[in-house]
Amino acid sequence: MTRSVLRGLRAAALTGTLVFASGAYAAENPIKLGVLEDQSGDFAAATIGKVHAIQLAAEEINKAGGIMGRPLELVTYDTQSDNTRYQEFMRRVLQRDKVDAVFAGFSSASREAYRPIVDQFNGFAFYNNQYEGGVCDGHMVVTGAVPEQQFSTLIPYMMQTYGKKVYTLAADYNFGQISAEWVRKIVKENGGEMAGEEFIPLGVSQFSQSIQNIQKAKPDFVVTLLVGTAQASYYEQAASANVNLPMASSVNVGQGYEHKRFKPPSLKDMYVTTNYIEEIDSPKSKEFYAKFKAKFPNEPYVNQEAENSYLALYLYKQMVERAKSTNRDEIRKVIAMGDVCMDAPEGKVCIDPKSQHMSHTIYLAKVGADHSISFPKVWEDIKPYWLGDAGCDLTKKDPMAQYTPSNPPPKP
Amino acid sequence: MDIATLAFSALYQFGDAFAFLVLSACGLAVIFGMMGVINLAHGEFIMCGAYVTAATVHAGLPLPLGILCGTLASAFVGVLVELLVIRHLYERPLDTIVATWGLSLIATQGTLILVGSTMAGVGTPFGSFQVGAYSYSIYRIVLFAAALGVLGALYALFNWTRFGVLARATIQVPHMAAALGVDTRLIYSLTFACGAGLAGLAGGLYAPTMTLVPTMGATFIMEAFVTVVIGGADVFLGTAPAGGILAIVKSGMTSWQGQLFGQIGLLIAVIIVVRVLPKGISGFVLRERT
Repeated sequence: MTRSVLRGLRAAALTGTLVFASGAYAAENPIKLGVLEDQSGDFAAATIGKVHAIQLAAEEINKAGGIMGRPLELVTYDTQSDNTRYQEFMRRVLQRDKVDAVFAGFSSASREAYRPIVDQFNGFAFYNNQYEGGVCDGHMVVTGAVPEQQFSTLIPYMMQTYGKKVYTLAADYNFGQISAEWVRKIVKENGGEMAGEEFIPLGVSQFSQSIQNIQKAKPDFVVTLLVGTAQASYYEQAASANVNLPMASSVNVGQGYEHKRFKPPSLKDMYVTTNYIEEIDSPKSKEFYAKFKAKFPNEPYVNQEAENSYLALYLYKQMVERAKSTNRDEIRKVIAMGDVCMDAPEGKVCIDPKSQHMSHTIYLAKVGADHSISFPKVWEDIKPYWLGDAGCDLTKKDPMAQYTPSNPPPKP
Repeated sequence: MDIATLAFSALYQFGDAFAFLVLSACGLAVIFGMMGVINLAHGEFIMCGAYVTAATVHAGLPLPLGILCGTLASAFVGVLVELLVIRHLYERPLDTIVATWGLSLIATQGTLILVGSTMAGVGTPFGSFQVGAYSYSIYRIVLFAAALGVLGALYALFNWTRFGVLARATIQVPHMAAALGVDTRLIYSLTFACGAGLAGLAGGLYAPTMTLVPTMGATFIMEAFVTVVIGGADVFLGTAPAGGILAIVKSGMTSWQGQLFGQIGLLIAVIIVVRVLPKGISGFVLRERT
């Protein structure tokens, strides 16, 4: 008895494991879930909520009797906003901790760092983040929103409202580059023109030159695809230089709650398409927010990624229960039926069998001069259609690759 | 008219880059350049200054007083760090790398645990002004003035005051200074505190323009080291001209090819200078003089 307690303590101390199994289930064989998220480093502000959301969902599921009577056990590691940590911990959760599924990753660089390892060890990973789209990989389920959901709605709206000259300011890595390509494509399709495009290395915090470049180009609005806390300094600096242009983004507010962190009115006229933020005024959203705040009263903001992570665990529960197994191939047979859906805090969501991405309700959030949020428009049930239309069909073939508009999947 | 606008914008970008380089580097120039302590926790002193500034402004103090609090808090932390850690490592300069790196990890993680992943900003004061087609932030001019002011104050401190003479004596030939009755331990402590305080000042000055997160110090550290390595040991003869040269390189490359090339420019500049002038600009200037 004492020895097993000691062993448990030692294991917990060694691995930093968070065990949610209560006494009643301890005898059962738990379902182990790896959670690899950035609890420190440049991305921590946006991602701590993801860990908390999974803890909340796991606690709720465990209280209700677990999945098929088996309790959930979370194996959590802090990946420190560091791509090599992702690789190290992904190997560890798959090989040593032998988890059934992994919930991992914020930046696209980190996802592309760990994805080959998931493929190599035949794992099963949930990427609960909005991103630049295009991952066609049977080992992955993506619950975050993608460009055809965020940009195909946002950019035409902005062009109609403000004009057709667009300037993109983006983070200089795969997310920013590919997202900028999407913006370019959509602007062109809608008869607009790019006034300019600029890529900023991660970690850069001084934007005087970029601000001047934007003023020189005289766009009608600026698309900001800035990532990480250092780059968010742009808003304060642009506001103090009185740039005063409307902004559009797929990442800000919904992830980094810049409207709460910066003093008004630096985010005035920022438009963001997001599938969830805490200001969404629906009964489901309010209920989720209340539960979240009750468990984590110090959470600064319940963001889009927190909701994605929360619903990911419930979707996983549904898939395992229907497959009657945690085996990935069995679960993918359930996904292939095309009816894995749930009533999430944002509204109804379903997993698309071809790409294993998710349909979303997309909210257009507008930041006012006092940093209050309003929702001028809501698009319900936007499907992640691009990958499937372009030729990715995971029910037939698994290329384990990422595609972009300029490099689409081969047509079947 | 148009040429005047362009000239002003080039000057403004230069001043902006100069202020960032000099303010990032001046604390490090004292601690690393003069004392030889390789302070990898420099960014965390900056973060400390920024956090204390923001906290005191949130508590109701006006911004200049907040910045003063941030500076003093960093200087105080500097004294503690010197007493507890650095003091024991003056004979082993390479070990200061490991010790200060450890301190920086503890400081970022400790701040994350204690304060959380972010802190609300304070807002940039003073608004903007218009020159030609461009509008500029007035606060950036304040930063430039602050950089010049800090350089002037350091020059005065180390050349015109008794503390400055004792500090330079202690740092050049410590045992001789000690033999002449200088309390070298105290001088080392005060010099280290001065460097830490300057880092805190940089943090306080930039706090209104940046996102406040525990890792914010990291965005200053490359510029700081590059400036000090190019400048060499002397704060006034090194850091100031290094800041000027690097600001031209950085603002020129950035306006020509974007931010990435600005960073590449800095790194290429440091490679060239270290190859040609191993003791930095001040080493070159001082050798020519003597």
